[in-house]
Amino acid sequence: MAYSDKVVDHYNNPRNVGTLDKSSAEVGTGLVGAPECGDVMRLQIRVNPETQVIEEAKFKTFGCGSAIASSSLATEWIKGRTVEDALAIKNTDIVKELSLPPVKIHCSVLAEDAIRAAIGDWKKKNGVAEAAPAATATAQ
Amino acid sequence: MSTVVSQVEVPAGVTLPIYMDNHATSPLDPRVLEAMMPYFTDKFGNAASRNHSFGWEAEQAVETAREQIAKLIGATAKEIIFTSGATESDNLAIKGIAEMYRERGNHIITQVTEHKAVLDTCKRLEKYGYRVTYLPVKADGLIDLEDLKRAIDDKTILVTIMAANNEIGVLQPIREIGKICHEKGVIFHTDAVQIAGKVPFNVIEDNVDVASLSGHKLYGPKGVGALYVRRRNPRVQIAAQIDGGGHERGMRSGTLNVPGIVGMGKACAIAMEEMENEAAYLRGLRDRLKAKLESELDYVHVNGSWEHRLPGNLNMSFVYVEGESLLMGINDVAVSSGSACTSATLEPSYVLKALGLGDDVAHSSIRFGLGRFNTQAEVDYVAAKVIDIVKKLRELSPLYEMVKEGIDLTKIEWQAH
Repeated sequence: MAYSDKVVDHYNNPRNVGTLDKSSAEVGTGLVGAPECGDVMRLQIRVNPETQVIEEAKFKTFGCGSAIASSSLATEWIKGRTVEDALAIKNTDIVKELSLPPVKIHCSVLAEDAIRAAIGDWKKKNGVAEAAPAATATAQ
Repeated sequence: MSTVVSQVEVPAGVTLPIYMDNHATSPLDPRVLEAMMPYFTDKFGNAASRNHSFGWEAEQAVETAREQIAKLIGATAKEIIFTSGATESDNLAIKGIAEMYRERGNHIITQVTEHKAVLDTCKRLEKYGYRVTYLPVKADGLIDLEDLKRAIDDKTILVTIMAANNEIGVLQPIREIGKICHEKGVIFHTDAVQIAGKVPFNVIEDNVDVASLSGHKLYGPKGVGALYVRRRNPRVQIAAQIDGGGHERGMRSGTLNVPGIVGMGKACAIAMEEMENEAAYLRGLRDRLKAKLESELDYVHVNGSWEHRLPGNLNMSFVYVEGESLLMGINDVAVSSGSACTSATLEPSYVLKALGLGDDVAHSSIRFGLGRFNTQAEVDYVAAKVIDIVKKLRELSPLYEMVKEGIDLTKIEWQAH
């Protein structure tokens, strides 16, 4: 598989690898994918309760190079955004940024799912109502 | 910032990239190339030209090669048919026997971890009214001989079971399989591509009636293969699948690939001489690689029988690390993975799945195929590099972290996608 330089860079130097305390009220955890499918992403966010800004984002991914790169990029992008802004990130943005080949598009979908799952978990913990399902948002 | 870039030093005498994928293909032995060279230039004759010296010279070279190949497998020269490679040999054997013995029966027996050249040929025959039994394999990759005995019925004309598997290197009990076939009057074909020239393989002692061989898996050239077809006890007949000038006693028409055939012959002659020492050498390297990996890494395991295995094969799963990402980290080492992400179909290896391994273990597998030109220094480098990258990727793996925390991954409701 010939990957773009950006995928290789994220693979070689993954950003924001790590684990946050999932029992903390400020932390949302998303675990998506399945071992038998060959990719599992865990994305965690720590949200400032006052500003709703994602101050910290961490990930760990079991998966191919593009799965690692997609989740690494996702943590970079969501850091510093409010949770609502983070929900605006689409898998197609990730595909574009990393120049993912068609067979690897599911990696970007998984990364978007991971963002949603982490935010969903945080909202649930903090009694924040779920916004309308973002899956209906415009496809690009 | 974490990094997956390896800092492993390259030892003196090791040139990158390292080739360790000898089940896919093997490099041409320089001695083979030397033998082939004249047949590209001065000695260009058509082996079928009967009335001038150019033809005679080519024919002589082909007959020498036929002897060399026959000798390696305990056959006679007249029992060797040249083809374009083992895929053609498998097709010719299975389709040719199916057609020739159609009156006698329409049942064929094979097993699930065969090469696609066998499986897809059998599938095609099913469309033409043949009945095919696909025997399962046990967790060690070997078939159960009792299953085979039970599967044979009065319509069975052919059993086709490989001698050595191309992914996990396991050696099927071909001698016993052949014996069962002979007792029941069924023809036994074996895909002998991976075994020939690696460990002793003798068509008489191993009770084989038809065998497929390839040039490029034993340090010969690509584009040439052979089919052994037994001429006595029993005499096996094969219906030609390519019609034309009646070459190869009518079984395979087409002008012979003389340089390729010369190369394959030479490769077999070298293997005959060196196989015993080479097998011991490769077994040493392979065991060293395995020992190093196992000493530094947890959650690794060997796929397939360790006892019944080619000396150059190590197929290992590095659980909780995905195979393609591992290959990416060791990109100066050429090996293969059973991961879905490395296959055109996006399906994990059907061979590993047949062993009863979960898809997650198949996704984590790496096949190391050691060969004649690998060195101990290369093995040491590859081991160090794999250990380094596996450790780094496990730092990145949520599964490894969860298992280390004592979480049972099978109890989690994964959202398969």
